[in-house]
Amino acid sequence: MKNLEDLKKQIKDALPELDVVIGWSDSFDPLHATPHFIRREADIDKLKVDALCVHNLATYLPSLKGKKVGIVVKGCDSRSVVELLQENLIKREDVTIFGFGCNGVVDQTKIRRAVGDVGQVETCEVSETEVKLTVAGKEHKLPMADVIADKCQTCRYPNAVVSDQFIGDEIKATASFEDGYKDLEEFEAKSTEEKFSFWLGEMDRCIRCYACRNACPMCVCRDHCVAQSRDPHWLSQEAHVRDKWMFQVIHAYHLAGRCTECGECQRACPVDIPILLFKKKFNKEIKEVFNYEAGLDPEAKPPLQTFKIDEPTIKEKEW
Amino acid sequence: MPVLEGKELRIVGFLCNWCSYGGADTAGVGRFTQPTDLRVIKVPCSGRIDPLFIVKTLMSGADGVLVSGCHPNDCHYAEGNFYARRRLEMLKRFIPMLGIDPDRFDYTWVSASEGQRWQEVVTKFTEQIHKLGPAQKIEGPEAEETLKLMEASL
Ligand code: SF4
Ligand code: SF4
Ligand code: SF4
Repeated sequence: MKNLEDLKKQIKDALPELDVVIGWSDSFDPLHATPHFIRREADIDKLKVDALCVHNLATYLPSLKGKKVGIVVKGCDSRSVVELLQENLIKREDVTIFGFGCNGVVDQTKIRRAVGDVGQVETCEVSETEVKLTVAGKEHKLPMADVIADKCQTCRYPNAVVSDQFIGDEIKATASFEDGYKDLEEFEAKSTEEKFSFWLGEMDRCIRCYACRNACPMCVCRDHCVAQSRDPHWLSQEAHVRDKWMFQVIHAYHLAGRCTECGECQRACPVDIPILLFKKKFNKEIKEVFNYEAGLDPEAKPPLQTFKIDEPTIKEKEW
Repeated sequence: MPVLEGKELRIVGFLCNWCSYGGADTAGVGRFTQPTDLRVIKVPCSGRIDPLFIVKTLMSGADGVLVSGCHPNDCHYAEGNFYARRRLEMLKRFIPMLGIDPDRFDYTWVSASEGQRWQEVVTKFTEQIHKLGPAQKIEGPEAEETLKLMEASL
């Protein structure tokens, strides 16, 4: 990030009033970044912001409710913050938002596929156009265009939609709403039977680790998740594909009109199940029926939490 | 009563206590002939129906699900069915994603006095499900298998 020093200065100035500031720093190897919790001035030095900073840090906000928290956000992450504000899961006066204009983040799966074994990453340099890494003595140069996350290729909100401090220049978005739904449309072109067997196969691989849930900033039930609750007892603990599939539908339904498509659920999935498709489907329909997109206006109300007496956009079946 | 092999399909109806259940009752009292495939689950209000009830029902092997509540503006709890309408419409649009034919699910409004309308709705919906035939079932280890595994591990 060009303006990293500006960001550090902003954080330094704000820190005395805050309990913690959440950003990113280097991780176990040079190819990964990890969430970084800044409590003292000395922690600020470790802050980094580049295309490896994939985590949506808004995930941590609900559990820090009541504390004074600073958070560094990309465009997509900022929409999660807005959504949390809308639902009163955090308070505006408690969060200090450091936003910036984002050029996109990498998809580690794409890097893994391009390089093969990434167990021994020695060096990694990230620029706006390229990821250069040495793995077990061998150098790889990957054009950014090949390893950038899918969501970034069609990003419409690269700049933080809400912020107290905006660092650096704004970035111009070029994609349209439709651009982001090409994959969904491709899937929807399949026949009913094909879709059914597709999900049977995909869901069968699910190991019920719940990483998808834990990474989701809008999954706020935490210890009361219906996936594990016995009262109500929605799901058994069996490794049956029916329970695993049902869980994904529950996740998608609980996110209908709330999901901001940060993609963290799918990124966190260790077996690469394309679960974002379910959420995209809801978002596309919600846009069509209610002309609504989650995470843009802190004062708006998610459409499934309200109603109109006459619904001009809902065509009911005539019997 | 067991499902008549080959003649009946499994259809589940979620009916609100105040209007549609009454409507179905009126149809019964009036001795209107109706198909017998539908099993009724009475709920306090269509607003009580979590759309996931319907997904769970379909994923557990039902061939069709019908939801019926009070007409908009007639809800016993004033606005339950207004919320329901939004949720059910979203469900209708979502289930094709799962590889489930959207015609396996419908929602409508029937009041307590509309015995005739209930007869019509249930007849048409049942015909619609019969046209589609039995739904694809989610296969997997059956309960018996699981029991065997559990016993083996003891
Ligand atoms: S979706 Fe947009 S804001 Fe989010 S990481 Fe990608 S480019 Fe950045
Ligand atoms: S469901 Fe997935 S994409 Fe949507 S908010 Fe949660 S993690 Fe992000
Ligand atoms: S992250 Fe993937 S494997 Fe884990 S519970 Fe979610 S879908 Fe299943």
